[in-house]
Amino acid sequence: MRILLDKFSKSFGSTKVIEDMDLEVGSGEMLALLGPSGCGKSTTLFAVCGIHRPTAGRILFGDRDVTNLPSQERNVGVVFQSYALYPHMTVEENIGFPLMVKRVAAADIKKQVADIAALVHIEDLLGRRPAQLSGGQQQRVALARALIRRPDVLLLDEPLANLDAKLRLEMRSEIRRLQKETGITAILVTHDQVEAMSMCDRIAIMKSGEIVQIATPSQMYNDPRTSFVASFLGNPPISLLKGKAEQGAFVLGENGLRLPLAALSGIPDGTALSLGVRPEHFGTAGGVPVEGRVVFAETQGRENLYDVVLPDGSVLRSIQPVRDDVKPGDSVRWNLDSASTFVFAEDGQRL
Amino acid sequence: MAEKPQTSANFSSVPVILLLGLFSLPLLVMYAYLFIDTISDTEVGSLIPSEFTLRHWSFLWETKTGKPNIWLVTLNTFIFASCITGVILTVSSMAGYVLSRLNVPARGFFLAGVMVLHAFPSVTLIIAIFIVLQWIGLYNSLIGVILVKAAIDLPLGIWLMKGFYDTVPWEIEMAGTVDGASRFTVWRRLVLPQIKPAMMALGLFSFLTGWSEFILPQVLAPGAKVQVLSVYLASLIIDDNNFDFGTFKAVGVFYVVPVLILYVFFQKHLMNIYGGGTKG
Ligand SMILES: Nc1ncnc2c1ncn2[C@@H]1O[C@H](COP(=O)(O)OP(=O)(O)OP(=O)(O)O)[C@@H](O)[C@H]1O
Ligand SMILES: [Mg+2]
Repeated sequence: MRILLDKFSKSFGSTKVIEDMDLEVGSGEMLALLGPSGCGKSTTLFAVCGIHRPTAGRILFGDRDVTNLPSQERNVGVVFQSYALYPHMTVEENIGFPLMVKRVAAADIKKQVADIAALVHIEDLLGRRPAQLSGGQQQRVALARALIRRPDVLLLDEPLANLDAKLRLEMRSEIRRLQKETGITAILVTHDQVEAMSMCDRIAIMKSGEIVQIATPSQMYNDPRTSFVASFLGNPPISLLKGKAEQGAFVLGENGLRLPLAALSGIPDGTALSLGVRPEHFGTAGGVPVEGRVVFAETQGRENLYDVVLPDGSVLRSIQPVRDDVKPGDSVRWNLDSASTFVFAEDGQRL
Repeated sequence: MAEKPQTSANFSSVPVILLLGLFSLPLLVMYAYLFIDTISDTEVGSLIPSEFTLRHWSFLWETKTGKPNIWLVTLNTFIFASCITGVILTVSSMAGYVLSRLNVPARGFFLAGVMVLHAFPSVTLIIAIFIVLQWIGLYNSLIGVILVKAAIDLPLGIWLMKGFYDTVPWEIEMAGTVDGASRFTVWRRLVLPQIKPAMMALGLFSFLTGWSEFILPQVLAPGAKVQVLSVYLASLIIDDNNFDFGTFKAVGVFYVVPVLILYVFFQKHLMNIYGGGTKG
């Protein structure tokens, strides 16, 4: 079911958290709300599930206006960051609770719980209490509880934040599998860009209560609208160089690097700019030679990560297939792929 | 509390136990004599009991002239303490939730009010309460004194419950509402079970204060039909005509036994009240 936020605003007392947000999530789509801590992701999510009333604006599920509907009548499933399992109930009672409050017959509940438990692979744990489960198991229980009512909408608030790296990887594909299998519309809140990119159809990047850009993961990576988006996506992150425009070229410092760029035609000389270079676009391939000194090298197994200081003091990051001929302190002359760089104006807007 | 005492290798507990034992000895001796005196007769001026007798316990099977039947009095005390417990548990579990979680108007005022009422010395109200009870016809009735006692103890209960509710995570309630439960169901099925230990503790606490309450029943319900044990006990000392110290002590022991039993069985729960109720 489609979710539409129309000019949604939320403030707590006098603090405005979200102002005039428009957001549409297509039916069956999984959308990531990605942003730094405190930008209003959870607030948005809680408004969608009805825990927070919007200060202004409308929320629609399909064509139905649910703005003033209490959570009980919205038919949403939520997985909270802390899972919020009911500690005094067994796993079975936890999962069955949404059906129990609907007064479904006990035998029916038992059957549906068994079905959904099989779906998330926790059949053996039904008799336990939440305190006797591992983090990943609790997460599955929370997911099962959110799904058992066959909700129109599934909301996930950083569901993987408490898991270890390996389990996180596992649950990532698990959640995606369930979402695809059930065809449910889902919103995933996260501040982990890898999670957002790997799990979701589209990503909405938020910054202090505003959506900066909505796009598919690859669009967003290859065509960021602002320097904030560019620096948020990608690991290791993009390097940003501060420079000036000069006759259609990006110039770094006094007679330093000079990059002619198509995007810069018509920009007055002397305009302050920043240049974004992803680590994979600085290395052995590429057209523009850049000299610098390696100050940091780190191996990540398959690849090596280098920090290179340019003569004017700015730093470029480079990621390359493993090689052991370069050590910190070495002077290098590597190439920059100027066609893949991004130029941003001083306010962060892409040019 | 419930854990076994830890024995430490480089610290002997024997001297401490000896010292504490020595200090508590007078108390222990007093308790011992309290009990011994009820089942024996002692020569005046002597410390050693001279003969065994059940004479002092005879109040259990024969009603003294001018005094109510002991079993009726015990039943009254039991009803008194239980009803207080019921009222306090019901009201404070609900009021505490409201004050902790709901956005009621004048919440701050209510919170402060509860605090002030708790600190207020209730004895100063006793004359006024007496007049009010007499006026509405509840003087000398169990209901009247139960209501008064419960009302006086409620602020503490509400405040404690609010403190316990504050420790229950909001997410549980959020999860409950999005799972489709009404606010009442959320409270009843999800939140209340989280504070069960606190309810247990408050219940015991209320029962025990009810059991030992003296002033209110003495002033507001002194009649023979509605007498409680504390009043009965006091009437034994006041009675100058046939003053019987042995019986007085026996009634005292009889009075304190249920309390001891409760303590033995529920000591662990009672300690809970000091564990979580201080927040807020
Ligand atoms: N009940 C509240 N009263 C006042 N301010 C609030 C309330 N809830 C949230 N805020 C504020 O709203 C802003 C957004 O909060 P929100 O919880 O949505 O952040 P978030 O994006 O989910 O962050 P995180 O990634 O840390 O969970 C924060 O600045 C927070 O201080
Ligand atoms: Mg959050």
